[in-house]
Amino acid sequence: MANFTPISAAIGGALIGIAAVLLMLLNGRIAGVTGVFAGLIDPLSTDRGWRATFVLGLIAAPVSAALLGYTIPVPHMPTSFITVAVAGLLVGFGTRLSNGCTSGHGICGIARLSPRSITATAIFMAAAIVVVAVTRHLIGG
Amino acid sequence: MRALASLVCGFVFGWGLFISGMIRPDKVLGFLDVLAIPSGNWDPSLAVVMAAALAVTFAGYALARRRTPVFESANQWPTQTAIDRSLVGGSVLFGVGWGLVGLCPGPAIENLASLSPGVVIFVIAMAVGTIGHDFWYARSVPAEQALVQAADG
Repeated sequence: MANFTPISAAIGGALIGIAAVLLMLLNGRIAGVTGVFAGLIDPLSTDRGWRATFVLGLIAAPVSAALLGYTIPVPHMPTSFITVAVAGLLVGFGTRLSNGCTSGHGICGIARLSPRSITATAIFMAAAIVVVAVTRHLIGG
Repeated sequence: MRALASLVCGFVFGWGLFISGMIRPDKVLGFLDVLAIPSGNWDPSLAVVMAAALAVTFAGYALARRRTPVFESANQWPTQTAIDRSLVGGSVLFGVGWGLVGLCPGPAIENLASLSPGVVIFVIAMAVGTIGHDFWYARSVPAEQALVQAADG
């Protein structure tokens, strides 16, 4: 397990939890990026302000890290833009259909002990594990 | 003040993803690659991130449940409980997309900071998928039923 980074994972995870709790204590909202993103871009949305600043804060985090001297990793993406676009479409449509993603279902929902969110998380984890097994070991070899 | 509060929350959330390494798709895929367990190359970090985030959120929500939010009149807890075809089907589609690239919505948006063309394409496609869903949903479901759909996240 050469790549395992338990300490930074625990610190980072705690920060994610603190952000989720703060958003509920201050604004009474679930910190779900799917809902935030959809409510920001949907033409019918009426409550964009707090969603826009949440997204702004999200993007400002690595920018501030760069200003502090951290190296911002350039995300390692598949070389095929078609794969990237298909994956983006699936993530956008799928998270909207199931009403949540890793943050809304995976963290906020499981923390509420919601059977709905526990089910969603188990399914999207399993589906992703199968896809990685196929692309890395069956096709990618 | 609501906008400022959620700016701070987004910022802390983003730092959490950054420090934990979950902003990096290769690190996420390293967790999802369970067939790498026998060779010792599996990266369980994502499980630790989730465990820590869940512990803090569980405790914090217990507190939040007994309070009125500072800048709102009431907490907006999700009301949906149904485990239906939309939940299952949507989760499968999301999982497939997540496994193909290693990006879920939070890290995808945060990675826009890198101005990487691949990330920009991913987020645009994600937006098209989101809006596409909403148009499809609005056409297929009666309006009063559509209103019932409250966000889980």
